[in-house]
Amino acid sequence: MEAFQVAIAERVAEQHRHHGKSQFFVVWAALLVMTAIEVYLTYQNMQPVRMLTILMGLSLIKAALIIGYFMHMKYEISRMKWLTMCSLVACLALMMIFFPDALRIISLGVK
Amino acid sequence: MADATLTHDPPAAYEPSLFGTYSKKIGMWLFLLSDSLTFGALLYAYSYGRISTPNWPTPFHSESIVNATIMTAFLLTSSLTMVLAVRASVHGDAKTQRLWLLATMACGMGFVILHGREWTKLIAEGLTLPVFPKQPGQAAGGEFADVSKTVPQFAATFFGLTGMHMLHVTLGVIYLGVIALRRNFIPILLVFWLAAWLGTPAYSPFHYGSHVILVAAIVCSIVLWLKPKVYDSSDVEVAGLYWHFVDLVWMFIFPLVYLMSAKIL
Repeated sequence: MEAFQVAIAERVAEQHRHHGKSQFFVVWAALLVMTAIEVYLTYQNMQPVRMLTILMGLSLIKAALIIGYFMHMKYEISRMKWLTMCSLVACLALMMIFFPDALRIISLGVK
Repeated sequence: MADATLTHDPPAAYEPSLFGTYSKKIGMWLFLLSDSLTFGALLYAYSYGRISTPNWPTPFHSESIVNATIMTAFLLTSSLTMVLAVRASVHGDAKTQRLWLLATMACGMGFVILHGREWTKLIAEGLTLPVFPKQPGQAAGGEFADVSKTVPQFAATFFGLTGMHMLHVTLGVIYLGVIALRRNFIPILLVFWLAAWLGTPAYSPFHYGSHVILVAAIVCSIVLWLKPKVYDSSDVEVAGLYWHFVDLVWMFIFPLVYLMSAKIL
């Protein structure tokens, strides 16, 4: 690496040295608990739409924990956080344009 | 017109990064953003099929749900061991870093083995793709014999999505192996390839799928031969980003594909 890249990497490593080990275990336990809740809900015969809403809500929380703590996004500068996350969410949201078409197929009665 | 004097600052010894971090890490983030769109497209394709198909199959019995839950626990635990490996690397503790990396690889391999077992079971019961070889005695009366014909979108999206994820996990294990063991990992990788190739029957998709490991071994050999180096904490952190990403994607595949298609009696 270039000298200034090494300097930046060293600074990032220095930031990581201050992360407590215990917070990673707490995040891991929270992820396992949320997974257990998801599996528990599967056995409750809930309405599919309601269950999907809860499962996706839990998945988004799990994703935020993984990105924030395990991938260290929480400790990046705000420009990095906003640019990466906003572009990702915008692109994924654009793909939802296909869903009305899926519903249209049902109403057309296509087998 | 007044004369203007343009002055330049002397070149700086330290140029701050636009994103506050080193370029290798920014490169991995950009790759992960593009890869998340690949998985996003596959997840949307699966969801599209699910919404538009009234008779969408629900093939996952309690046994499959338990299996997928253990797989999820493997991945979550592997993320913990990975982050501990990164922590050990920034503290300069090479031995602990290697042990955590090996633990991460073990969890990843456990995930792939359980996933392979799940696929094998579903294929034996008749859920298949036209590109898969025909199995002897496969499922004329299997539970999913009709599913592949009446709702072909299910098998296509299920195997496409989970297969792409399994490929990512496999390549992730290889990536971590190279970071942890460097050249010493190549013979181990070749042993894995032989075990996967010879240990699976010829009609299994994993029989020819195992050649991914051989290709990876060749690519890794070339990379390690061209640019041998001792991987530092930034390399471990960048590898960790990739590994956490495959965990992150599974957090959406598990509920959408398995839990929402569970057949709980």
